[in-house]
Amino acid sequence: MSKFRKDDGKGLPPISTASLPDIVFMLLFFFMVSTTMREVTLNVNIKLPEATELSKLEKKSLVSYIYVGEPKKQFQTTFGVAPRIQLNDQWANVGDIQDYVIAEREARDEAEQKFMITSLKIDENTKMGIVTDIKQELRKSAALHINYSSRRKVER
Amino acid sequence: MARKTPEIPGSSLADIAFMLLIFFLVTTTMDVDSGLERKLPQWQEDQVEDDSQIKERNVFVVLVNRDNNLLVEGDVIRIEDLRERAKEFMANPYNEDNLPEKVLEEVPFFGPVEITKGVISLRNDNDTKYGTYLAVTNELVGAINELREELSKSKFGKSYDKLETEEQKAIRTVIPSKISEAEPKGKNI
Repeated sequence: MSKFRKDDGKGLPPISTASLPDIVFMLLFFFMVSTTMREVTLNVNIKLPEATELSKLEKKSLVSYIYVGEPKKQFQTTFGVAPRIQLNDQWANVGDIQDYVIAEREARDEAEQKFMITSLKIDENTKMGIVTDIKQELRKSAALHINYSSRRKVER
Repeated sequence: MARKTPEIPGSSLADIAFMLLIFFLVTTTMDVDSGLERKLPQWQEDQVEDDSQIKERNVFVVLVNRDNNLLVEGDVIRIEDLRERAKEFMANPYNEDNLPEKVLEEVPFFGPVEITKGVISLRNDNDTKYGTYLAVTNELVGAINELREELSKSKFGKSYDKLETEEQKAIRTVIPSKISEAEPKGKNI
């Protein structure tokens, strides 16, 4: 089996695997940087409604979120099962929305402020009463560009 | 010379890095948030109901009640049929008397063109489910998007998304998106 004998001077030397860790580390760093961990812990259960006419939220930095839904099991003893509003990590009332919008606006560059979008993540079983109240508050604080967060409807 | 301490093998470094890599590969979610985009009207301090200016034939009334039923122009219909009705209303292809009027206007790329004066009015109950509301809004937005797409195909021969900004603007002028949502009742009364 002289064909497979090593060091006979004719065959190519084996490819060095010494640089393999470097390549893998490079990939690793890419994924570590591009991964966005969820920064908000949801205290409410949200099942998004379905829609077909979707558009994407491209600039994440310009989006502020409002969550509405039934409180999770561990909060139900304190807050009951009626849908509640969550802004960032805190429970909120309809009256807190204006302050929240202003705070979010202050945190952005002045040039970017007019492109801000408010994404409403609302459970599909919520009653419209609370949603209408939120919309009125958003209008009062001049955050007119909104996005009803929804899932893509699967064609049947 | 004493025995040399053996070198730490570096060959397993790749395996460790691979493991981390796979972990991040699995946990990474590259999903883009998507949703139905809408513009709210400006806030006005004294809310004047200015319905008298708009003729009855120019308004497409959509009511959603607390049991999530739909009443469109006096008929109880299903959500699946709403899109067709809304398209028929906004297009008014045969210039019927009970469908909205049109005004002649000069639009770039199109020349003089008839533009509908129709307005879609959406009113819902406080107990309507948000899911139903969004489905209805989705159908109405979808109807207008479909009309724009059809016009774009027949005029420019390509999809609305692929048009230049100016061309899109012209199409938006020809087929306006006038969906008005009623002010919530029972606040100032």
